[in-house]
Amino acid sequence: MPPPSSPAPPPAIEVLDLTKSFGDVDAVRGVSLAVAPGEVFGFLGPNGAGKSTTINMLCTLVKPTTGSARVAGHDVARERDDVRRHIGLVFQDPTLDGYLTAEQNLRLHAELYGIDPAVIPARMRQMLEMVDLWDRRASPVMTFSGGMRRRLEIARGLMHSPRVLFLDVPTIGLDPQTRSSIWRYIRALQQSEETTIFMTTHYMDEAEFCDRIAIMDCGEIVVLDTPEALKASVGADRVTISTADDEAALAALTAQFAIEASVSEGAVTFFVESGESFVPRLFAELGVPITAVSVSRPTLDDVFMTYTGSTIRDAESSGGSERNRMTMRVMSGARR
Amino acid sequence: MSAAAEVIRVRVPARSWRSEARAMKIVWRRELIRFASDRMRIVTSLVQPLLFLFVLGSGLQTLSSAGTHGVDLKTFIYPGILCISVLFTAMFSAASIVWDREFGFLREMMVAPVRRSSIVIGKCLGGATVASFQGVIVLAMAGAVHVPYDPVLILGVFVLQLLLAFTITAFGVMVAVRIKQMQSFMGVMQMIVMPMFFLSGALYPVSGLPGWLAVLNRLDPLTYAVDPMRRLVFSHLDISAAARRTLDPGVTWWGWHLPAVFEAGVIVALGLVMLAIAIWEFSASE
Repeated sequence: MPPPSSPAPPPAIEVLDLTKSFGDVDAVRGVSLAVAPGEVFGFLGPNGAGKSTTINMLCTLVKPTTGSARVAGHDVARERDDVRRHIGLVFQDPTLDGYLTAEQNLRLHAELYGIDPAVIPARMRQMLEMVDLWDRRASPVMTFSGGMRRRLEIARGLMHSPRVLFLDVPTIGLDPQTRSSIWRYIRALQQSEETTIFMTTHYMDEAEFCDRIAIMDCGEIVVLDTPEALKASVGADRVTISTADDEAALAALTAQFAIEASVSEGAVTFFVESGESFVPRLFAELGVPITAVSVSRPTLDDVFMTYTGSTIRDAESSGGSERNRMTMRVMSGARR
Repeated sequence: MSAAAEVIRVRVPARSWRSEARAMKIVWRRELIRFASDRMRIVTSLVQPLLFLFVLGSGLQTLSSAGTHGVDLKTFIYPGILCISVLFTAMFSAASIVWDREFGFLREMMVAPVRRSSIVIGKCLGGATVASFQGVIVLAMAGAVHVPYDPVLILGVFVLQLLLAFTITAFGVMVAVRIKQMQSFMGVMQMIVMPMFFLSGALYPVSGLPGWLAVLNRLDPLTYAVDPMRRLVFSHLDISAAARRTLDPGVTWWGWHLPAVFEAGVIVALGLVMLAIAIWEFSASE
């Protein structure tokens, strides 16, 4: 006898045509997406793309201008408290009380959320052990390093068993070792409690861990898919060459091969269908001396560059990169 | 993560009046923990009141002895000092909202499933508690300025301090919600606290003032705390009728002598209005 078919679980996050304007500025212009329960969802985009505003709307800190969003089954505008009961938040900026100990911070959080006092000690211990801070539970948070604070924030965000955990660049500014351990916690927790994770990151290697990725630019989602599908959509291989004269190389690539290349991080970069077989032709026909060459399969960095016209590193260093980004966009325009 | 086999799951209950009461208690308690762990603050916020009471009070004694009908100047300004010791501490408590915003902790409370009003009320109750504690320290010095330790007096002073501390914290929170940086808050506070103190009549009797000063004095909320406090203290002093008339004239509105209970009511009413404004501002901020 077949088991009774259970209806598909409702999405953990369901966003429909969400917009937010600050005066004349449209920060978010019609975002729609759905995140399944238990999914790890990555949210990428250059600075100022509207990521933070979107997250703030989803966690009820900012009221949407139009459109709707449901998180953990509740409307973010009309059922704010119900949403808040079911979400955990780890922000980019620290939100711990430095005067209190690690334990006092977690206890305060648990009480604020109304968790049954009988289970608080056990839950607290489990969370602190998960992030390797149990030994430091009685130390004031102000004595903690950046990585320890971030781990404690994650432990706190999880204290109340949230259905959805929002992580805003959770590993920024941390050393690689701490970053990988934080990812270990995120994965472990997602498996043990079926928590849905909605995160932003600037690290492309982290985006690979996500089940699906949305890339946002200028207030809109430009693409949304699994990392594999996104890489496949870029298709072509990335070829990077160092030359004696980059300007001449750019001109020669256009003239000889009809390829639009760009200079990124001091190297001429372009995309071709099969890189390995193209390289011999390049050396024979370019006419500009080449000092080094590399061919790589598409990475998420390439995906990001294709869809937003900037590398994630450019996006991270805001301000001065704006002009750079504009030129890149013009250049990559032909490829879109 | 083999230990994760048995995950201890917890539930967050729906919001109720009990969860709001609990939130108030948490914010209130945090205020107390912060105060208790900062012993420097307890000492430093006593410096100013004690300077006024003992240094200014003793220093000006020779000048003022002719006008005070034999009453020690320290005794005369003592009720005012009881008020300002509360004033400084309560303002400082409210300042922690700015502090919390700067250091991010405010956000943790903003996203919790509780009403913003519970946070503000908890904050005001916390500020009132620590400020009253500070007031009790000054109250304990009554003997040094020839004021008797009478149970009715002590209780009355304590209640008045509590009301004042609550109102001042509400006022401080109302200001603090709009300010993003600690430095600007300190500046604004200096600009507000000192005039409030000097206009209140804490250091002089409020009858027979020049017209402009009388008007400003009646507009100063602190006036309505200093005056009943002084009446309460003076009712327990054994002094001449002339001294009483000069030093404790009471506050008048167009010739009407305000009863002490009415004055306390003014403080409470102001406190509730400012609390309402603070809640409204805090709820509107994103």
